Order: sequence, then C-alpha cells, then structure tokens
Amino acid sequence: MTTSSKSGTTPAYKVTQLTFSYRSHRDRSRSSEPEWSLKGLTCDVGAGEIFGIVGPNGSGKTSLLKLLAKVLRPQTGKVELFGRELEGMRQDAVARTVALVPQDGQQIFPFTITETVLMGRFPHQQRRGSLGGFGWEGPEDLRLARQAMEETDVAHLAHRLISDVSGGERQRAVIARALTQQPKVLLLDEPTAFLDLNHQLEICAILRRLNEQQGLTVVLSSHDLNLVSQHCDRILLLKDGTVFRLGTVEEVIQPDVLETVYRCEVLVDRHPVSGLPRVTLPSRPAISMVHRIER
Amino acid sequence: MGILGGQRRFEGSGEGALPHGDVGTRVAAAEGTPRAEQSVLTSRRWVTTMLTLAGASLLVMIASLRFGTEEIGFVDSARILFGALRYGETGIDSLGPSSVILLQVRLPRVLLGFMVGSCLAAVGVGLQALLRNPLADPYVLGISSGAALGAAVAMLVGFGKTVLALSAISFCAFLGGLSSLIVVYRIALSYGHLPIHTLLLAGVILNAIFSALIMFITSTMNPNRSFGMMSWLMGTLAAPDYPALIVLTVYLFVGGLILFMQTRALNILTLGEESARSLGVEVERVKKTVFFTSALLSGAVVSVSGLIGFVGMVIPHAVRMMIGPDHRLLLPASALVGGIFLLAADTAARTLLAPAEIPVGVITALAGGPFFIYLLMSRKGGLAR
Repeated sequence: MTTSSKSGTTPAYKVTQLTFSYRSHRDRSRSSEPEWSLKGLTCDVGAGEIFGIVGPNGSGKTSLLKLLAKVLRPQTGKVELFGRELEGMRQDAVARTVALVPQDGQQIFPFTITETVLMGRFPHQQRRGSLGGFGWEGPEDLRLARQAMEETDVAHLAHRLISDVSGGERQRAVIARALTQQPKVLLLDEPTAFLDLNHQLEICAILRRLNEQQGLTVVLSSHDLNLVSQHCDRILLLKDGTVFRLGTVEEVIQPDVLETVYRCEVLVDRHPVSGLPRVTLPSRPAISMVHRIER
Repeated sequence: MGILGGQRRFEGSGEGALPHGDVGTRVAAAEGTPRAEQSVLTSRRWVTTMLTLAGASLLVMIASLRFGTEEIGFVDSARILFGALRYGETGIDSLGPSSVILLQVRLPRVLLGFMVGSCLAAVGVGLQALLRNPLADPYVLGISSGAALGAAVAMLVGFGKTVLALSAISFCAFLGGLSSLIVVYRIALSYGHLPIHTLLLAGVILNAIFSALIMFITSTMNPNRSFGMMSWLMGTLAAPDYPALIVLTVYLFVGGLILFMQTRALNILTLGEESARSLGVEVERVKKTVFFTSALLSGAVVSVSGLIGFVGMVIPHAVRMMIGPDHRLLLPASALVGGIFLLAADTAARTLLAPAEIPVGVITALAGGPFFIYLLMSRKGGLAR
C-alpha cells in the first residue's frame, strides 16, 4: 500500500449530482412523490484524507456512505472511485478497494471472531477464481486476519463468538474485518455510537494510526461534532440531503453554520490541548433561539 | 439417532442474555489458544468430517436394508447385491423371493429415503442462511405445501401416470414451491429486515391456505384416489421405481452442487444483505440462485415423497451445533446427516408396527415438532425482536 500525500492527485472519491431515495426502490408501486435521501449531492474526498460527514438525523449520512460502498445504487448522478466509475465496477472489485463498517451488524449464527474477520478476505478469494464452495483460507489470509485483529486489539478474543462479546469489542472486530479487505478507503457509519469514552478513544486512535502509517483514506459519519473536529481533515455538513458546507474544520465548525443546520444554539470555543474548535451546548436551551432560526 | 446427543450449549458467560439470536450456541473454544488457525475450517477438517459422515451413511444404509417385515441377513444381502451387479436383471430370479424384496422394494426405498432427507436438509441450510433465520425450513415456511398444491393440481388435471408423470408433477411442484417461497420472502421483507416471527407467521398462513386448497382438490376426487392422495400428503417413501430414483439423484446432485457453490457467499450473507454486498457478494444473484434451487429441490422431493416436515430445520440446526456455522462444511454435512436421519426414521416407520406402516412424515413431525418448540422456548427474549 503506497503512502499517498494528503493532496493526492486522483481524489479517492468524486461524487457528482447524486440523488437517491429509498422510497422508489422499495415500493415503486406507490405513486406518491419519493422522499429523497440525497438530492443532487456533489463532493470529493481526497486520497489519504480523514473525511467527516455530519448533519442532523435523516440528512443522508448513512445513505451517502452506502452509496459510496455501492451497497445502494443512486437514482441519478455518479460516483467515481479513484477515477473509475463505481457503476461499472464489479461488486468484489469495489470491495477490494473500499470497506464499509456499518452501524449495526448483528450476527445470529455462531461464528467466531476469527471466522468473522476472515470474511473480509472474500473479495480477494473471488479474484483468485476459486469456485464458490471450494477454497480455503490460505496462510496469507490467516496472516492478514491475525494482523488486523492485533491492530484492533481483538486477537485475544479470536475464539469468542461474535454474538457474545461487548459492543465495543464487536465494533473493533468489524473494523478488523474491514481491514482484512486490504482497502484503500475505509467507510465507517457512526463508528463510536453506543461506545463508552475509553472505546471511542481507542477507535479514533486506530483510525488515525492506519491513516498515518498506511495512507488509508477514512470517511466516517458521526453525530459527535467534537470527534469530527478533532480528527478530520475536512468535514462535509449535510442538511436535507444536500451539501450545506464542505471544508476544513475551521470553515465548518462555526456557531452560525451549526445553528442554522441543527436549529439550536451552540457554543464554539477552543480545545485546550489541540486548539481546534470545540462545540458545547448551552446549559439551558434558549427557546427564543429556535424561533429566530425558524424565521 | 444421536442427533441431539452431540449438541453442546454454551451458557452463562459474562455477557448473560444472548442477543436476539443465540442459535447454535457453539462452545467458544478453549481458553489459552489464541492462534487464529484453530477455529477456522481447513480442508483437512472438511475431509475428515465428510468421510466420517459418509461412512456412517453407508453403515446406516446397510443396516436399513436388513430390517423389515422380512429379515434378510447381511451375508444374503451382500450376495444378492453383488449378484445383481454382476449378472444384472437375470441374476435376480435365481436368488429367490428375498432378492426380489431386497432389490425391488427395500433398496430403492433406502436410496430414496436417504436422498429425500439429504435434499430437505440441504434446502434447510440454504434457506436458513438466506433468510438469516435458524428456524427456516421448507415445511414450516409453506414451501413444501405450495409444492404439494402444485403437484396435486397436476394430478387432478391428469398428468397422472404417463411416462412423463414424474417430470410434469415435479415441474408443477417446483412452480408451487417457488411461488410460495417468493410470497413468504415478500411478506417478510416488507418489514425491511426479516424478523423471525413475521416469517413464521407468513409460513403458518400459507400452510393454512394451501392445505385448504389441497383438501378441496382431494374432496373432488373419488375415494380411491383421495386415499392415495392423503397418504402421499402425510409423507411416504413407498417404494419408487428406478427411473424415478435416477431423476431424483440427478436433481439432488445438480441442485446440491449449485447450492454448494454458493456456500462461501452464504457465510457472508449471514451478516445481512448490505454488509454482504459491501464485502463483494453479488447478493441478488446468490439469492436468486438459492431460491430457485431450493424450490426445485423441494418440488422434486415433495412430488416423490409428499410432505415430510422438520428435517430441513432440525438437521442443519443440530449439525451447526456440532461442527459450527461455516456453510462450506455445514451444507454437505447436513445433507449426509439428513439422509441418515430420514433413513432411520423410515426404518422405524416400517418396523415399529410391522406389518403395518406409519407414514414417515408422522415420525419426523413427532421428532421435530418438540425440538422446534424447545428452540422457540430457549430463545424467549430473542424471538420478539
């Protein structure tokens, strides 16, 4: 894996005029106007960046991540991955470049953590052309899986069932699975939701290390504005399925910008150590504030 | 049969209440072995397991040949079988009545029982993975009764006992099975994910509707035919002819191979469709393949043996507890164990009340039903996701 500079030549992603709606996918028969999750979204993600996606509930964060992983297909618009159009790529070719860490991955069958992590080798095994059922994990696959498990500190849980471990451990195991795909881009949907402080910190440390050491491009969505402002190179602020603001931390984490999007008063000061913007909510919600923005 | 004997439950770990789906509850491997290779399926483990099961299958087949109204010793059996192999049809007469029983009645029945059990278990494995539901089974979900309805319609219309009989009835059974599978899937999918109770309810309702239609068809037949119909519906392995056996063998091998080719993708699909897609699985293609093949196998099985329930649910479940959830081994191993199980059940059906015969579907339902209830009870919290 090459260490690409943050201002790499080919962007990791180039997204043009993307529109997407769940509605028209699932029940095409209903004649009502589809509810657009994304309407004409255009943005780009540089190679080697840590890229944060924020926005209120329902602003399209998860949809965007799934579209970037080709898990969902857009109605119109296109996504280019390192210069190649996603639509024309095979699913396993996408999976060799992009790994997605979804928000909830419940497993109902008794797979161990090792078995789960090894599933990340699937797209590569597909390329080797081994026929479906035949084909075993080779030494290289096992080595990569073990390495990823050590990286995310789940190696000691190798034989536990994925359904038996705690939320933080499961999340780390899923990240290990994603790393086993040997991706150039890692997409994470709210990687720290439901995790306690210690585990949040751990996940962030893992992501930063991978980004710095391997030049991994990281795209993550989060509700935690402070996490995003401390760790991301650039931030995409979504509102109602479109770009409200796209830029550096300083450009996006501003009181008036956030107040317009989130419709509540926020205080922005500086983080005592990093000096980066820090967001706090006022101790008492100001009712008048809501009215001001509504108007 | 020892099917339940090998199950190992893993309870009372620190995490307490297992999330919504404690399924196989495999024992988490021993402490202090953190090497990644240990829990992983290897070609060596695959071969050992399959050879053991194949050996067991052979033994059970030989044992089943012995039992029946007419006892035929092992030595005689061997002599008759080798004689038939060497001299073909002409060799049969020279060996007397027991050779006729063995070759014309018992052997085809044993082979049929084994293959039907294999098909049902293999289909069960595929459906459970695809629907991410450990209680899925062609019988419980109404796929078998859909196939039975198709077959019943074919019989009513009178594709009856012609040369094409088997394939015409099988084809209608396939169509019936496929359509009910699609209906079940649609109903369950309308919730976005596939909650277990929705799926089971859908199956119950479909079963009720199809049963009513089959009853209606039966009631319009003359008593003679309707009796035959009823005993077929209860699940029977009454001696088939060899051409029918050959057709079923082809179905089983082709269908089984197609399913087997999907097993690695099925492993990934247990993570959910979106995760599977992000890992490079062509979800729609795999889904269609498994649905189609399952319906085909169910149709073929139902048209020769009627409704035999619970094999497709119990066997994969028990096998998963013993060897783990990796479908590359789970599918072929379940197929063999399913064959063994149904063969044993059928031998019991033939001998328990000999010379009278119990429909084998009755035996499997009596064995599988309580197991099903036990599974439901043991997942209390999980069921109501």
